[in-house]
Amino acid sequence: MKSFTYERPSTPAQAAQALSGKPNAKFIAGGTNLLDLMKLQIETPTHLVDVNGLGLDKIEATPEGGLRVGALVRNTDLAADARVRKDYAVLSRALLAGASGQLRNKATTAGNLLQRTRCPYFYDTAQPCNKRQPGSGCGALAGVSRTLAIIGASEACIATHPGDMAVAMRVLDATVETVDARGNARRIPMAEFHRLPGDRPEIDTTLKPGELITAVTLPKPLGGKHIYRKVRDRASYAYALVSVAAVIQPDGSGRVALGGIAPKPWRVEAAEGVLPKGARATTEQLLAGAKPTHDNAYKIKLAERTLGAALIEARA
Amino acid sequence: MTSPRDFELSRRELVVGATAAGALTTLPRGAHAEQDPMDQPVLAKVAFTINGERRELELDTRTSLLDAAREHLHLTGSKKGCDHGQCGACTMIVDGRRINACLTLAVMHQGSEIVTIEGLGQPGNLHPMQAAFIAHDGYQCGYCTPGQICSGVAVLAEIKAGIPSHVTADLNAPMQVSESEIRERMSGNICRCGAYSNIVEAMTDVAGRPA
Repeated sequence: MKSFTYERPSTPAQAAQALSGKPNAKFIAGGTNLLDLMKLQIETPTHLVDVNGLGLDKIEATPEGGLRVGALVRNTDLAADARVRKDYAVLSRALLAGASGQLRNKATTAGNLLQRTRCPYFYDTAQPCNKRQPGSGCGALAGVSRTLAIIGASEACIATHPGDMAVAMRVLDATVETVDARGNARRIPMAEFHRLPGDRPEIDTTLKPGELITAVTLPKPLGGKHIYRKVRDRASYAYALVSVAAVIQPDGSGRVALGGIAPKPWRVEAAEGVLPKGARATTEQLLAGAKPTHDNAYKIKLAERTLGAALIEARA
Repeated sequence: MTSPRDFELSRRELVVGATAAGALTTLPRGAHAEQDPMDQPVLAKVAFTINGERRELELDTRTSLLDAAREHLHLTGSKKGCDHGQCGACTMIVDGRRINACLTLAVMHQGSEIVTIEGLGQPGNLHPMQAAFIAHDGYQCGYCTPGQICSGVAVLAEIKAGIPSHVTADLNAPMQVSESEIRERMSGNICRCGAYSNIVEAMTDVAGRPA
């Protein structure tokens, strides 16, 4: 690990200012992903700003009837919150499907959104990777790609967003709240938070340099059946090959987003109109334009079947 | 034609040559790293309570909580397995929650209350979970065991506190201790000897006793 200086500010504005003008500085919250990447020298910050003292660790009701989840709320606490379990079960389920108990106790809401891909070529510093080292090429395109993206990717990068929580937040139409060094607040819809790689795969999100996430707000509850179904190589503590977050109403209408298949949580609102017709019709529209590799073409059928299983669960 | 003896000699020479070349390439690289002004160690002070004892340390900011305990406080019960949060051998209970001590910086734990395997129980004064692991043969080589036991204690507390898991059927009903719950909740602790079934028995045994 490269050495770094360390500070622990006490207000969000101070934290955002601490990063201002320091391109090699980073925020650290739970640290479960950042420290892992620092050990491998994939991330090499020279200054860490510890945001754990900012007090952004509460879940509060909003005037609109939703919930405002502080950036530092731990994954365990968000999943276990009685209001989340009752009204946003898809979010509880997604969180509990991710990582291990130890990691969920440390990992934060904002940190979970900002976690980097687990593409093996991103992790292997002996391989080319445009996300890790812009311009070096993509080892995955012609390499072993069975876990990687089938849609939304580019010639420069086929990495997936690895998270579960973000898929549920996308289906719930959550909003990311931020503050910058000048104290300006901004609200970013989940649909626009993660970006597609294009020719700049090193940039994962639409956050500006130094912009600090302060909270994620959930709109008022949708009702319906909340389902998060995750398919992976082993039964626990593994990343999704395909996951489905769904909120299905009694009349068969609803919302669906997919995880494990794209550089961001994958939701196509137009495809949701055909949800009552079933998984095949919906998946055809959701994954229209998919460009799988030889290794990961199975994910198209797997996505259809996982959505089918979720819809059966919704009717039960 | 090369005799076997000639081949043996030339192979040894080759190995010696390769080692010398390796030393030549690593030496200047190490010297370069020491000269890099951007990579000098940065020291910071931290004070926390570990196993009931307040400790103050001055550490390289890079020091993980695991290395602080093992290398600086000589509490070597917590083990370094993968050092990347994948195996759980380093599990400690920090401010009442189990975490991977390898994936957190010691300097981030100002004021924390930390419990390691040494703090849970000692020879002659075992924690019930430690005694149950012995009674049920919940280990073979023992390397993952401190992490398994810290995790096991915390898992039962999590179930008691009503924290759901991936296999919890009803998110809004009281949590139960069951084999499937224990297996899911313990998935962050790997045991390469495969003592899992006995670990489940040990935890079930402790869970069934009056608190």
